[in-house]
Parts: sequence; C-alpha cells; structure tokens
Amino acid sequence: MNCAEWQNWLQMYVDGACAPAEAQRVEAHLLGCAACAASAMERMNAKHALRAAALRYTPSADFHLRIEKTVQRGRARWPWFRPSGFLWLPQLAAATAALVLIVASAALWTRHVRNEQALAELVDMHITTLASAAPVDVVSTDRHTVKPWFQGKLPFTFNLPELKDSGYKLLGGKLVYVRHSPGAQLLFELRKHQMSVFIVQQQPGNAFEGSGAQTLRERGFSAEGWNQAGLHYTVIGDAGAADIDQLAVLLRSAASQ
Amino acid sequence: MPHFASLYNFACWLTQDRVAAEDLVQETFVKALKGFSSFRQGTNFRAWIYRILRNTFLTSRAGLKAAGAISLDSEDESLAPELGQTLETPESLLLARVERETIQRALEELPVHFRELILLCDLEEMSYQEISVALDIPVGTVMSRLWRARRALRAQLADNPKASPDGGTGRAVR
Repeated sequence: MNCAEWQNWLQMYVDGACAPAEAQRVEAHLLGCAACAASAMERMNAKHALRAAALRYTPSADFHLRIEKTVQRGRARWPWFRPSGFLWLPQLAAATAALVLIVASAALWTRHVRNEQALAELVDMHITTLASAAPVDVVSTDRHTVKPWFQGKLPFTFNLPELKDSGYKLLGGKLVYVRHSPGAQLLFELRKHQMSVFIVQQQPGNAFEGSGAQTLRERGFSAEGWNQAGLHYTVIGDAGAADIDQLAVLLRSAASQ
Repeated sequence: MPHFASLYNFACWLTQDRVAAEDLVQETFVKALKGFSSFRQGTNFRAWIYRILRNTFLTSRAGLKAAGAISLDSEDESLAPELGQTLETPESLLLARVERETIQRALEELPVHFRELILLCDLEEMSYQEISVALDIPVGTVMSRLWRARRALRAQLADNPKASPDGGTGRAVR
C-alpha cells in the first residue's frame, strides 16, 4: 500500500474510527513513514485546534426551564419515554416517585378510568406510527414473514390470521413497549383505513383490564380489546366499529388455533 | 435532559439564529417524546435524537433553503486517490495562525451538509457509526463527505485567513 492509499486510514485513525488491530497496523506504518506520520500529526492538530476555536452556544436558563417543562408534560402523557443516561437520574427518580404515587392511588381508580388511560396511550402510539416515515420495522404482507420476525424479541408468541379474501391486508409490524412491557404492534389495512393491533402479555394495568371484550372510542378512533390465552389484544383504527370487530374476530380465531 | 446543551449548540450552528435554534430544540424534544416508541432499546439514543433534530431542521424553511443550495453529486465513497493529494497548506498551521473569529466564520460559511459533519465529528466527537445514524447516510459517505468538508474548511481559511470580523461575509449567530 503506498502513502496515497494510507490517507483514508489516517483519517480514520485520527477520528478514532479504527478497530484496535487496524490502529496497530496504522501505527506500525507511521513508525516507518515520515510523510504519513507528519500528515497524521497535522490532522490531529487541526482537529484539536478546531475544537478549541469553535464556539459552543449555551442555552439560556429560561430556555432550559421551558424545555424541562415540555419534557415533564410530555412524560406525563407519554410515560414510556425513559431514555438511559446519568443526566436522567434526577428525572428518573422523580418519575419513579410519580409512578409509585400512581400505583398507590391506582386502587382508588375505577376500572373505567384505567381502561381509558390505557386506550389513550395506545391511540397515541397508533397515531405516532401512522405519522412515521417508517411505520413498521418488518414490512411484509406475509404473516409467515411477520410472525417469525418477533422470535427472540418477545417473551411470548402469537398467531396471525389468514386474511385471504377478507379485505384486510397485513402491512407489517414492530416491537413496542406498553407500560414498560414489550409487545407487538401489527399494522393492517382495510380500504385505505389503517388499523393497529397491539399484543402484550396479560397483566394488571398494561391495557384494558377485565376478561371480557370491550369496545371503546377515543378521539374518534374505534377500539376493541380482549384477553385470550394469557395475552391482551387491542385493535385500534379509524375504520368503523364493525370493521374493527371483524378484524378482532379473525385474530381471535387465529389465537384459538 | 439528555444532550440538551449539545443539541442546542448543534441547532445554533445549523440555524445560525438563536430563536430558531430554540424552536428547533423544542420541536425535537416534543417529537422525541411522542415517537419514543419508535426508538429501539439498546441502540444509540444520542444518534437517534440528533437525527430527529437534523430531520426537523431539514424540513424547516431555513433547512430546505440550506439543503437546496448545495449539490451532493459525485459523492464517491472510494476517495483514496483523492485523499492522497498533497495538502498545499498544513491545516494545523493554518488554523493556528487564523483568528478564532475567522474559524467561526469559516465554519458558518460552510454548506450545511459539510458543517454538520465537522460539528458532529470534531466537536461532538461522535463515531462514524453514530454520525451515519444521525445523518441517515452510509458510513462510507460519512468518511468521504467529512474529508470534503475539511478540505472546504481549509480552502475557506486559506482564502481569507486574517479577515477582520467586520470584513467578512459570514453571518454571526443572531
């Protein structure tokens, strides 16, 4: 390799992008090549000089406060937002304390209120999915492609219905977290109406409680939820309640097989 | 809040306007909160939230204008021969003798797709992989575009190494 060909490696070396073995190879070359050693030194110095010279803009205290309020409001509405990182520890502690309070007072809440909250969260997730440029992570109309994609990602498995001649079309799916529990979100389409199906493990508080099926409405969306074989299913969409119910029937049938 | 100060700094460099930068950061956090379910646990959160900020900027009026003014044609990922060209002026010596304000202005005058690369790599010290996720471009393109960005910065400084703050055409962040 001549010096021109080493230049690419020098840039990677200076930017810390070389694997240990690659870095050793570059260093071995630098020991024997004065031109490349000088080039690497120049690049290193330039990088440091630029970092020292470039201004760092600092946010004002007012703006900091404004964003904190935005995040607090958002976290109340989207409680699954819990990115990791030490900077979050105070907020996480506050969130945990808030969660303890919520859990403690949950016994006083009516089942109706809990269901409405669970539904509001799932509707938010459905809306966010529709607004996304990449709504699903596994894009396929084939249930035999979508279902295996979740293998190893979820602590449970589920069946998907045969949709031939039903009018419904499977668009794909992705992994989601509902109340900190992993679940599957599947996207279906019926006459341009897109519907989300959320499947999570059945446990108190993760979605509609109760053993019976429930049909609810939230912000114009129709929803139907039920428990089956240890899993909780929720179908949400802007299609009519009858269409939502028909998809629920197909899913129930598949789940019982 | 994670990466708040860094995101604000990056937003200032992108928008070159503090008010616009505040709007951009606020919108970024709102989108991050709303779309957190799309974040894959175990992947890089910093790259994810920078990507939201950058995409939000690119769809803003200022971002569309900035992105529309440049061409990414002939962005070849295999740049070894070009990288081997002799540097006419040692970059560090050039940077050492120009004034801090001149470096600021040269960075501000870089096309946004070059400026963001240098900011993420040299100021934020992101890895190529992180930059690749944040900017939604392949790692090979990160490397080639980074090299072009540094070359463009060097050219800016070589053209006007001692320009006074009042004499340049650069726009200071308002």
